[in-house]
Amino acid sequence: MTINPYVPIVGLLILGALFALFSVSVAPIVGPKRFNRAKLDAYECGIEPAPTPIGGGRFPVKFYLTAMLFIIFDIETIFLYPWAVSFDMLGLFGFVEMVLFILTVFIAYAYVWRRGGLNWD
Amino acid sequence: MTVADVLLLALGAVAVGAGVLVVTSAHLVRSGLYLVVSLGAMAGLYLVLGAELVAWVQILVYVGAVVVLLLFAVMLTRAPIGPSTDLDRPALPAVLIGGGAGLGLAALFADAFRWTFYAMPEPGTAERVGEQIFGGWVLPFEVLSILLLSALVGAIVLSRPDIGARAAATATEHERGA
Amino acid sequence: MTSFVTAATAVDPTLETFENDIWWIVLIKLVGVFALLLLLTLFTINYERKVVARMAVRPGPNQVGPKGWLQSLTDGLKLPFKEEIIPKTADKVVYFIAPVISATTAFTAFSVMPFGGVVNMFGHQTALQLTDVPVSVLVLLACSSMSVYGVVLAGWASGSTYPLLGGLRSSAQMISYEVAMGLSIVAVFMTAGTMSTSQIVAAQASGDPVQLFGFEVTAPGWYAVQLLPSFIIYMIAAVGETNRAPFDLPEAESELVGGFHTEYSSFKFALFFLAEYINMITVSAFCTTLFLGGWRAPAPITTFWEGANSGYWPLLWFFGKVLILLFGFIWLRATLPRMRYDQFMRFGWKVLIPVSLVWILFLAFFKVARSGAISDTTRWVTTGVVAVLVLAIAWGWPSPKKPKQLSIEEELHQRPPGSFPVPPMDLQVPPSPRVRRAVAERDPVSKEV
Repeated sequence: MTINPYVPIVGLLILGALFALFSVSVAPIVGPKRFNRAKLDAYECGIEPAPTPIGGGRFPVKFYLTAMLFIIFDIETIFLYPWAVSFDMLGLFGFVEMVLFILTVFIAYAYVWRRGGLNWD
Repeated sequence: MTVADVLLLALGAVAVGAGVLVVTSAHLVRSGLYLVVSLGAMAGLYLVLGAELVAWVQILVYVGAVVVLLLFAVMLTRAPIGPSTDLDRPALPAVLIGGGAGLGLAALFADAFRWTFYAMPEPGTAERVGEQIFGGWVLPFEVLSILLLSALVGAIVLSRPDIGARAAATATEHERGA
Repeated sequence: MTSFVTAATAVDPTLETFENDIWWIVLIKLVGVFALLLLLTLFTINYERKVVARMAVRPGPNQVGPKGWLQSLTDGLKLPFKEEIIPKTADKVVYFIAPVISATTAFTAFSVMPFGGVVNMFGHQTALQLTDVPVSVLVLLACSSMSVYGVVLAGWASGSTYPLLGGLRSSAQMISYEVAMGLSIVAVFMTAGTMSTSQIVAAQASGDPVQLFGFEVTAPGWYAVQLLPSFIIYMIAAVGETNRAPFDLPEAESELVGGFHTEYSSFKFALFFLAEYINMITVSAFCTTLFLGGWRAPAPITTFWEGANSGYWPLLWFFGKVLILLFGFIWLRATLPRMRYDQFMRFGWKVLIPVSLVWILFLAFFKVARSGAISDTTRWVTTGVVAVLVLAIAWGWPSPKKPKQLSIEEELHQRPPGSFPVPPMDLQVPPSPRVRRAVAERDPVSKEV
């Protein structure tokens, strides 16, 4: 009887999820409840918060650009993994391929840098 | 039916069900979450079929990056808590087109393969995928780098028209004013 | 001395070892890993508080239990009995799911961590590792990329300003440093030729013999030595990825109250706390596996104690290394001030990522050249061309044009009419009379000058 090596991963996932679900659902039952309307308000402090999240809350587009950059480099990293694992078999040809690939993405990276897309402010 | 068949059916049902919920839910962020479930179930399908590397890449890229970008985009523009009532979606044509395309493809596949059985190929290990991509599929791989380049350039040109060479004059104007 | 030495030596598990496990062995290991993570978290919280306290010359927690070591346990037990406050603006379902996602992904990531070699557990040969698959490092990375959801959803679902800001900031930070982390691991894959954690540990068992000044020396097997740049990049990215000081910007108390979990209370807050500490333990254990030889004893020990890597001893080395790394995390927190967000992002995108890419290419070139695929002349010519190219790129690296520096008069001239009067930029403030007197009293010589 062999066990697929993925079964323990799923097992730990289920165990962790059960623990988390149990503790999330048991806490409201055992904890005290003292009603106070002020408690239910969202946390605020100082002056009126500038971006109001309910309704028209909008955020700097920088976050979008960061996520886009992340996707590009994530895909590049993903391609580097199988390349790195089979590097010894690929030899010089594989090296040249990857140099071309990285250089092309690097051009885009340099362009973004030049445009100031990597500056946070 | 083997365990693999049961798993395939169950994961397929989860993927399709979550996919339906993505388009029917009126909560924008929850739609994104259903998309995560759907893509995760597809990663499970790959895993059952023995394509380990592809399965985890699916999770890393689609779940870990693309849906995060979607969530960011939703939050950048609007992410109301509670259902969005202004989503204008004609239900009937969508059901017709979606259901028709899905059933048609299913029928096509069923007809193409009938009851032919194929032996499962060797598991798709990283070494095999690496050899295939960098040995046999070099051109698509290199073309992909051009795609990534254009995606990145497009992202910055579209999302940040306020910065860069053309807008440099206005930017300095702003800085002076601040 | 020899009484300690057992005949057994280290037995590296192969992937088949994990397929031959019996179900109740798997169950024991499963519950063991789970319990271990909970205990380690409780320990680490106390460890951190005590170390930080010592560094700040105060006693730290010392009341509950022996020398205060039960403080985190009592804190944890207290939390479920506190009132749970859910803000009325919250999206209830997502608000409940977010901490569950955080905790679950944190637990799952540990399933592929190797704690030791093959041991005899109740009469069965099994590895001290829950499971291993050919792509187990990807499993770990996938879990860490999923943990972004816990943060971004918690921030959004609270329906409150500060958590939303904190959540967005936090997720942008996590995804930025995830890239650097992913790139730093490529060099390890390249050297080990595998993505399975147990095989990576096995690959670090002994280094290659190298010729050094005519002598044959065995290079250290640890990738922290062989691939030092990767190790450094990984460590920096790990601190950024786990939101720890000096990169703890999502929790910048002075700006964002508590970050994404501001609106969370009771046991949901405890789950986020748990996930944060488990993540810290995970990146430390991962670092041990990838760069510090995993569960193998450090170099000099095995020379005079052959059995150091056999049986259950690897647990000692493994957790020793993890605790040292955790100490590093705590040390950073006690020592360094928090970075500014723009500096932090700039560092991640403009330094870590290009440096890792260049390092990967350099390593690849080195390996290709060493394997003899290219002739000596080609090697030197290529090295020269690349060096010239790198210098040329570094020289002409496109940097945005600096706006022309205007003089004060020009700037004043350009202000719109009717604006507030401002003091000139080069205003010289005369020193106050009190300061002048104090200086004069302290140093009578300066009066004469």
